[in-house]
Amino acid sequence: MPNHPVPVPSSVLAALKNKTIHLSAAKMIHSLFLVNASGDIFLEKHWKSVVSRSVCDYFFEALERATEPENVPPVIPTPHHYLINVLRHRIYFVAVIQSEVPPLFVIEFLHRVVDTFQDYFGVCTEAAIKDNVVVVYELLEEMLDNGFPLATESNILKELIKPPTILRTVVNTITGSTNVGEQLPTGQLSVVPWRRTGVKYTNNEAYFDVIEEIDAIIDKSGSTITAEIQGVIDACVKLTGMPDLTLSFMNPRLLDDVSFHPCVRFKRWEAERILSFIPPDGNFRLLSYHVSSQNLVAIPVYVKHNISFREGSSQGRFELTLGPKQTMGKAVESVLVSSQLPRGVLNANLNPSQGTYTFDPVTKLLSWDVGKINPQKLPSLKGSMSLQAGASKPDENPTINIQFKIQQLAISGLKVNRLDMYGEKYKPFKGIKYMTKAGKFQVRT
Amino acid sequence: VSAAPSAFSDEKGGSASEPEYGHDPASGGIFSSDYKRHDDLKEMLDSNKDSLKLEAMKRIVAMIARGKNASDLFPAVVKNVACKNIEVKKLVYVYLVRYAEEQQDLALLSISTFQRGLKDPNQLIRASALRVLSSIRVTIIVPIMMLAIKEAASDMSPYVRKTAAHAIPKLHSLDPEQKDQLIEVIEKLLADKTTLVAGSVVMAFEEVCPDRIDLIHKNYRKLCNLLIDVEEWGQVVIINMLTRYARTQFLNPNINESLLEENSEKAFYASDDEEEEDKKAEPATLAKRKPYVMDPDHRLLLRNTKPLLQSRNAAVVMAVAQLYFHLAPKAEVGIIAKALVRLMRSHSEVQYVVLQNVATMSIKRRGMFEPYLKSFYIRSTDPTQIKVLKLEVLTNLANETNISTILREFQTYIKSMDKDFVAASIQAIGRCATNIGEVRDTCLNGLVQLLSNRDELVVAESVVVIKKLLQMQPEQHSDIIKHMAKLIDNIQVPMARASILWLIGEYCEHVPKIAPDVLRKMAKSFTNEEDIVKLQIINLAAKLYLTNSKQSKLLTQYVLNLAKYDQNYDIRDRARFIRQLIVPTDKSGALSKYAKKLFLALKPAPVLESPFKDRDHFQLGSLSHLLNAKAAGYQELPNWPESAPDPSVRNVEVKDSVCAERTVLTGPEEVPTRVKCSSRKDRKEKKVEKPFYSDSEGESGPTESADSGNCESDSGSGSASASGSDESGSGSESEESGEETESDEEEEDEEEEKKKRKKLDKTKAKKQAEESAERCTIHTIHQISCIINFDQFDMNKITSVFSQTLAPSGSIKMYELLHRIKGEGLAVEYCFSRQPFSPEPNMVAVQIQFTNNTNSETKNLHIEDPRLQSGMRIREFAEIDVLAAGESVTVVMGIDFCDSTQAANFQLCTHTRKFFVSIQPPVGELMTPAFLTENDFKKEQGKLMGMNEILEKLTLGEKCVNEHVIVERVTATANLSRVPCGSDKECRFAGKTVSSGCLVLVTVTTKEGGGAQLTVNCEKMLIGTMLVKDILQALSQ
Repeated sequence: MPNHPVPVPSSVLAALKNKTIHLSAAKMIHSLFLVNASGDIFLEKHWKSVVSRSVCDYFFEALERATEPENVPPVIPTPHHYLINVLRHRIYFVAVIQSEVPPLFVIEFLHRVVDTFQDYFGVCTEAAIKDNVVVVYELLEEMLDNGFPLATESNILKELIKPPTILRTVVNTITGSTNVGEQLPTGQLSVVPWRRTGVKYTNNEAYFDVIEEIDAIIDKSGSTITAEIQGVIDACVKLTGMPDLTLSFMNPRLLDDVSFHPCVRFKRWEAERILSFIPPDGNFRLLSYHVSSQNLVAIPVYVKHNISFREGSSQGRFELTLGPKQTMGKAVESVLVSSQLPRGVLNANLNPSQGTYTFDPVTKLLSWDVGKINPQKLPSLKGSMSLQAGASKPDENPTINIQFKIQQLAISGLKVNRLDMYGEKYKPFKGIKYMTKAGKFQVRT
Repeated sequence: VSAAPSAFSDEKGGSASEPEYGHDPASGGIFSSDYKRHDDLKEMLDSNKDSLKLEAMKRIVAMIARGKNASDLFPAVVKNVACKNIEVKKLVYVYLVRYAEEQQDLALLSISTFQRGLKDPNQLIRASALRVLSSIRVTIIVPIMMLAIKEAASDMSPYVRKTAAHAIPKLHSLDPEQKDQLIEVIEKLLADKTTLVAGSVVMAFEEVCPDRIDLIHKNYRKLCNLLIDVEEWGQVVIINMLTRYARTQFLNPNINESLLEENSEKAFYASDDEEEEDKKAEPATLAKRKPYVMDPDHRLLLRNTKPLLQSRNAAVVMAVAQLYFHLAPKAEVGIIAKALVRLMRSHSEVQYVVLQNVATMSIKRRGMFEPYLKSFYIRSTDPTQIKVLKLEVLTNLANETNISTILREFQTYIKSMDKDFVAASIQAIGRCATNIGEVRDTCLNGLVQLLSNRDELVVAESVVVIKKLLQMQPEQHSDIIKHMAKLIDNIQVPMARASILWLIGEYCEHVPKIAPDVLRKMAKSFTNEEDIVKLQIINLAAKLYLTNSKQSKLLTQYVLNLAKYDQNYDIRDRARFIRQLIVPTDKSGALSKYAKKLFLALKPAPVLESPFKDRDHFQLGSLSHLLNAKAAGYQELPNWPESAPDPSVRNVEVKDSVCAERTVLTGPEEVPTRVKCSSRKDRKEKKVEKPFYSDSEGESGPTESADSGNCESDSGSGSASASGSDESGSGSESEESGEETESDEEEEDEEEEKKKRKKLDKTKAKKQAEESAERCTIHTIHQISCIINFDQFDMNKITSVFSQTLAPSGSIKMYELLHRIKGEGLAVEYCFSRQPFSPEPNMVAVQIQFTNNTNSETKNLHIEDPRLQSGMRIREFAEIDVLAAGESVTVVMGIDFCDSTQAANFQLCTHTRKFFVSIQPPVGELMTPAFLTENDFKKEQGKLMGMNEILEKLTLGEKCVNEHVIVERVTATANLSRVPCGSDKECRFAGKTVSSGCLVLVTVTTKEGGGAQLTVNCEKMLIGTMLVKDILQALSQ
């Protein structure tokens, strides 16, 4: 390649001239601060020169201004830096940025960090992070180089830094050995960077969970304002060697919009609607999909409600009945109803026909753990609410949020046709499970 | 563990410019204990036990994590930089990178360790050394870093090259003076063809020289093609860069439409279907302009980024979305909507950013999101900031057809408990009302009803919005104004009070009775009002004075007097100004005549605009767009050029025309266990007659099978009987694959093939006669070869003989390129034939055998889209037009591996499918035999001492009983030739690397009792190390 630049056409030169050319400061993530719910910084990591933790004061200001923890703006500009934060597990991950970078880039990365911690420590809490601070540091060191993501694939990280287990901790203390892999990972160099090499199992098994969530808004009268189905296929694959899997559906047309794990061969999907992939080792999300909105969404539960406040009275009436609607003959389980009652409500005196309910007089959150819906005997919650004496009747009506699960059913009707494995000789054990859950399922009253 | 920065440590540190982070008052006061603690850490670090060191390092890292100062431990820590324990080493690196900047002098002590690491044969160690070295922010080592980066940039490991790319911005921020040199490295790395490097080098490009668009031209197509295989983070960076690039190089695909928009802007809101209008007006504009044709490269970018909308990574999806928004023809932008709507299922922070961008897009391209209107409906559980953004989008999407649905939604929102959200909803209603004339009255009525809401904030917000709406048609709404005048008694929110006052003042003629009364009340409370309210009181007073001076003269003067002594200078100024203007005095200037005109001029109605209007001049998805302000380092999105720059700058040299060699195999399933010799084409070239010599034939005696003879004849035919062998043509080569196996095959073969074979057998017989003759020639010739300077001869031909004669039968391994099942019936295997690749002597010949196991023909077998490391080249075989069902075909292709064991990746294409395949050579196949005399060998070996020599002791495997086996094993491992040697304890081999021709010398010295010593001399240390490993393994088996 010649060293001298290719002549630039004059129009481009003109465009370039008008542009201020920055000697851009170092990009991407400069530092990371972890802040707990009470507003203490309990971990900091810098990938470039150190940024004083006083920069977080701007974050704390924003935190104070926000009425709710989740209302802190994800991007906070300060005189010299930009703070981009995400809130997960009641921990704020505050990244310090010095110059232009796509905010989603940072946000997505921070979430990936949290996912990794969760993957490593089971939970991502302040205590877990503090207990494993060295592993956390090693992970952060590998995940970012100079603030730019380096290794974020969990399979690669696990080859670099072994996750702590109780056994290993004990062994390590005795032998003084380490969590750092002796072998440098080959995955990073291979054509399938998401899969570890040299995987071996005595029992070869591959499980796929098709989980669908219904997002819906039901209005006062019980008619559906909006309803859609979002699904995911989560996989747990424990197969020896380099298996090449294909998964096909009976009705792939149902899938309107999909996003894939990088292992899925996109062209194959485009051409044949078959998922063909070399899976990562362990747990991963193979696919997320959205079911075409043309299809009518079956709403598995209905709610009858009568929540009323009378003017001048310090009492309000509360009645709620749940019933199964279109459940394809399957039981609706793990039903949980929650509702944010108006501020004026002091207490609620209710009587559930089944399950238990709680009402928090401070947050005004009512939640009713219903359990399973028995179609013969519909669960109901009835009683009265006491209001602040003398206060006028609240003019807002609470919304009711419902959670439920239906086992062995994908509400969209999606069905896996077959799962095949190539490239390895053994016969794996295969399993597919279906489940439907409520996503953001709201009933307006 | 808790430790705090002690005064002690700061003194000691000397350069303690660092502020004390996380100073913990609880433990910080006790200096002595602190000092002791560090002392104890130092002791642990000095100990011999790795476990103690590790424990100490863990505690130190925990201190750093908590933001405590551990800089006084620097000397103790830096000593351990060369520690053998990997975890200790890693933690030391962590420490070093954190504190090196503060302790520059001490940090230098560690540099040599990394310099050594840079030369390590293990690519990962090289990479990690470079990573740490470049992370140490010590200016004095800039030249060392520069050198290291330059070297790593041409490393044969893509991982090391990736690390080099990462190091570039580090060095650049440390010393911007190095920019020019770094750009050279970037230019070099941009040419790299691996996906691993692509993302990182573009990141470096963006940081160091984002304006050097010219560096991209030649790599543009490659980047587009690699994109889908680059890791996610790299994809984001590349897509953003390519967006900018495309804006400078291609024409606006919407050029006709944008012209149209200018013409029809007034009709913009009214038009239901913009597309339709476009079509109507199109012919007119087309007549004026040249028809727009999209540059194929522009199309390439759009096509190759589209699949990434399906990425699981929100940042990638957003990057593609903004690319389409900024670059795609209007008709195609729509595809991004679905993906963006999908992202709204993600974490709330992701939603927040996506909604900001959707808000901007939905102003420009409303139609795009209309089908997804319901996805923006608000749930009570959404955080407020999300609710407000959704509201913004809903408002932008509102039009005549959907407004009733949207307003119904808005009505539910107004009842929400979240008051900030209610306020935003009211504003949204106001905006819908201004934008869509039909619903203005409905909205106004709804808002007036809100005036009786119990919540003051709701009322206040409604007042403000109503004020704006009324301004559009005040005459019809005097009763609303009256209603609002009554509210002034109750509403406390300053903005609302100010709005009411302004309304009354502005339309005092519509409410002549009420207005003076309001002023009276306000005059009473003037001193207690907020500043904005005070200003409006003065305003109201002035307007009333001008229209109804009889009733309000005194009141006005009273108000102005109060304002004169107000604390706020704005209010004092305003009062003074208004008094001069309206109250006629002797000195009053010419202006007071026009006072009424000034105050009661007809004011244009405010336009309720989205705060996201015109935000798209920032590149979408950028931080600057989100903040609506230019962030540091933001690269402006250039405007489309008027005329397209020369597209030929992106042309890359086309690969040399294909050279292929093919033979047809008889059996479909049989896999030849040995390599076939060179083929027709090869042979033709050998018509160039050259004498043909070889030495050391004798040593290969035992391996000399009929087969090797075959090969000799083949390659030797040029010298002996060129015409004869040419005749033997296409079919005969297949027979060379091995006579022993053939007899078996024959039985299985079908009748038809038998016939063919008979014919071939005849040729074979003839050939064998020739062969034996040739073998004799070689025998005689090789004896004199020592005397002749072999440089004059065609080395390749000699070597080919050698490789064949030396390769023990069956030792040439077939590798699978494409499994039968994966290839859907097409099985592909390859082997390293150890033949010279005649069209390009520095390429390794790879023989590929295709077998069609399907029932139908496979057509157009060819190679596409090779992805190679920089410097690597491929010479493809000629396309195979048809491969009948059950047939096999063998071809030879050449690959220049650049003396590295990196895989050559390419696509194998048939007429229906494409398969990604890769060929990775064992190190032994990267060389070709070289012919040296004993003396030459010793001389060359003498030159390759020191670093270039690798010695290894080994125990020979049980079967390595004699020299013969050793020779066999070594030559099977590596394509080397045996060098004659006087001692019977030593076996020597020589070869040179195919690509660069570096000598590779191998000596195996056997000792008593099964011991042996292996010596490898090679300038390319990496090759040497790898070779040692392989030979060791072969010999100790």
